[in-house]
Amino acid sequence: MLNITGKRSLFLIISEIIILIGIIALVVFGLQPGIEFSSGSMLTIGFEQEVAQSELKEELVNLGYDNVIIQRTGAGDFFIRTQELTAPERLALEEDLGARFGSLTEREFNSVSSMVAAETVHNAIIAVGVAAVGILLYITWAFRRMPKPFHYGVCAIIALVHDVVLVTGIFAILGAIMGWEINLMFITGVLAVIGYSINNTVVVFDRIRENLRRGVSPDFEMVVNNSLVDTLSRSLNTSLTTLLVVLALLLFVGASIQNFALVMLIGIIVGTYSSLFVAPTLLIVWERGEWGKLIFLRRGKTEEA
Amino acid sequence: MAKRNTIVLFIILAIFAFAVCALVYPLFDREELRLGLDLQGGIHMVYQADFSDLEPGTEAEAIDGAVAVIERRINVLGVTEPLIQKQGSDRILVELPGVGEAEKAKELIGATALLEFREQGVDEEGNAAWVPATATIDGEEKTLTSGYFKENTYVGQGSLSQILLYFEWNEEGSAISGEVTGRLIGQPLAIFLSGEPLLGDDGLPIAPIVQSQITDRGQVEGLSLQEATELSQLLNAGRIPVPLNPVYEQTVSPTLGADFIDMSLLAGLIGIILVMLFMIIYYRLPGALASLALIFYGAVVLAVFKLIPVTLTLAGIGGFVLSIGMAVDANVLIFERMKEEFATGRTLGAAIEAGFNRAWMAIRDSNVTTIIVCVILIWLGSSIVESAPVTGFAVTLLIGVLASMFSAIIVTRTLLRLFVGTKLGKRTWLFSAHREKK
Repeated sequence: MLNITGKRSLFLIISEIIILIGIIALVVFGLQPGIEFSSGSMLTIGFEQEVAQSELKEELVNLGYDNVIIQRTGAGDFFIRTQELTAPERLALEEDLGARFGSLTEREFNSVSSMVAAETVHNAIIAVGVAAVGILLYITWAFRRMPKPFHYGVCAIIALVHDVVLVTGIFAILGAIMGWEINLMFITGVLAVIGYSINNTVVVFDRIRENLRRGVSPDFEMVVNNSLVDTLSRSLNTSLTTLLVVLALLLFVGASIQNFALVMLIGIIVGTYSSLFVAPTLLIVWERGEWGKLIFLRRGKTEEA
Repeated sequence: MAKRNTIVLFIILAIFAFAVCALVYPLFDREELRLGLDLQGGIHMVYQADFSDLEPGTEAEAIDGAVAVIERRINVLGVTEPLIQKQGSDRILVELPGVGEAEKAKELIGATALLEFREQGVDEEGNAAWVPATATIDGEEKTLTSGYFKENTYVGQGSLSQILLYFEWNEEGSAISGEVTGRLIGQPLAIFLSGEPLLGDDGLPIAPIVQSQITDRGQVEGLSLQEATELSQLLNAGRIPVPLNPVYEQTVSPTLGADFIDMSLLAGLIGIILVMLFMIIYYRLPGALASLALIFYGAVVLAVFKLIPVTLTLAGIGGFVLSIGMAVDANVLIFERMKEEFATGRTLGAAIEAGFNRAWMAIRDSNVTTIIVCVILIWLGSSIVESAPVTGFAVTLLIGVLASMFSAIIVTRTLLRLFVGTKLGKRTWLFSAHREKK
């Protein structure tokens, strides 16, 4: 039988390193808020003639848009993000660009005022808070029959935090390198990941509970390992099927749900990892008080902290 | 048992047939799936009313009035299924699906449609300019504007078959007009629309010379038939009783929306095929049955979308595609359990029943968190201005999760039971089952 729990030190240290990178990225780069959270205007314009991104940038700076972000989104299509544009400003901008680069079509325009942005931030924070409380209540309920509900609950939550830190950390890096922004679909994706990831953890924990009751082995580590192996194929398969559709979304739709699809893609992979290798192994570490395993790569029983 | 299963099978087939009919034919007046603005193109605007100049207590009346005026103005455009709605106490949401001429539509909504009459004068810097033509009535200085028109302007032709826009002054207007025109005989009186000179068909500002004192009615000459007609409709629609400022705007060109539909259909199709392939290769016969259940699932969910109707946004389709992946999760849980039951030496029938019964708890629990998240997202969507993506995603995912519990459990089990006691049912390789213990 596979020995998963024996390598718990390795799994936990991998997670710690990745989390550390995520936190550093968040601290150093921060997250780039999209216009939904910070107000401003987004404009997607298609030019009939070939336009170089650098020329477009230059022209926009000449027109007085210094903090403009430009991305090429397709053949002749550009995404332009500016401060909030009023209707006359937007018309003037399009006329000026048309005069410089030839005829253009506006494919998409989106503008958010600072008042609306502030409301959105406020309500998104409430939603995330309520979601956290809801998930906590669910965990309390789901683990009420576990032998040590507190241990199980805390380990599940650590796994969740692990997933969220990682996803936001990756977005901080993407934001710094490629200008990716955090928008409402990102928040939606994170909440969906939280919901999805906790399920996998519950499935594994549920099996641990069942195996403990059946008395599979007197050794807690063995029980956890058996439970992991028992549930391995279903955990991997459920993640795989979801991963397949998310991949299809990411590759073929992209566009406005790109953020969501990428959050889900990373979240499902990380969530599956944390459900299988972080939450259950932490249980063992806690049960045995072998906190040294969190720092040192050692096999078997080590000194107690 | 077998008989009951046959009945359930017929019910399932009936539901499936109904769903397919609902999708193919217009049932209950639902012709098409309802698409959100991001998919069919159009305008989504939210205006904030500025009550600062209003008398306290009249805010509600003013905003209702504004909604009514915008509705009348939008009717001029002939948009199908426009949505004009009060949001909270001080906002107005305007959704115009499929509108390509974004600028035009916004001009109509935003335009105060106030004609202002101006006379020659000097501006603050002493340059010649058009200044508002005012009259002092009862000690108050008042500007001559279309605010004093009766709302019955119309377009007609004059004796030289020129296009004329006829209007009538109300009581106050006729007093102001009388004084202004009396004072300006022989001088031009220009007409401004929303602060810009009203241009005639010839491209020149309309500024007729006042011939005589006008007190009751008048006409504007020089507009084309179309311009005059639109202006007349706008004037008749009335003035928006409170200043409105746009606080949120989303405009998508119809062509871009069409691209999104194609791409998301492709993504959905590829997603569903990949999931089916995986299920069939990994779980064999049960996987094939789960794939059939998935087709059932897809048809039922889309039919529900159409019949409720759910407005499908790009994010909503994302939720639906995601739910396809999640829909087979329950099947995976059940089939893994079945395999375990097989391994302990049970027969197919016993393994099916035990697999379903023992997996049920896990399936229920694992859907609970998704449902919690969906409900919270629906709340979030209802509380913010840019609600369409969040709500769209949450609603489709919620419907998907609920439907998947039915399809994965009832449909798959019913199909599996058909094989109990048959020759096929005895071929364990079809169920990728291993009798020997690991």
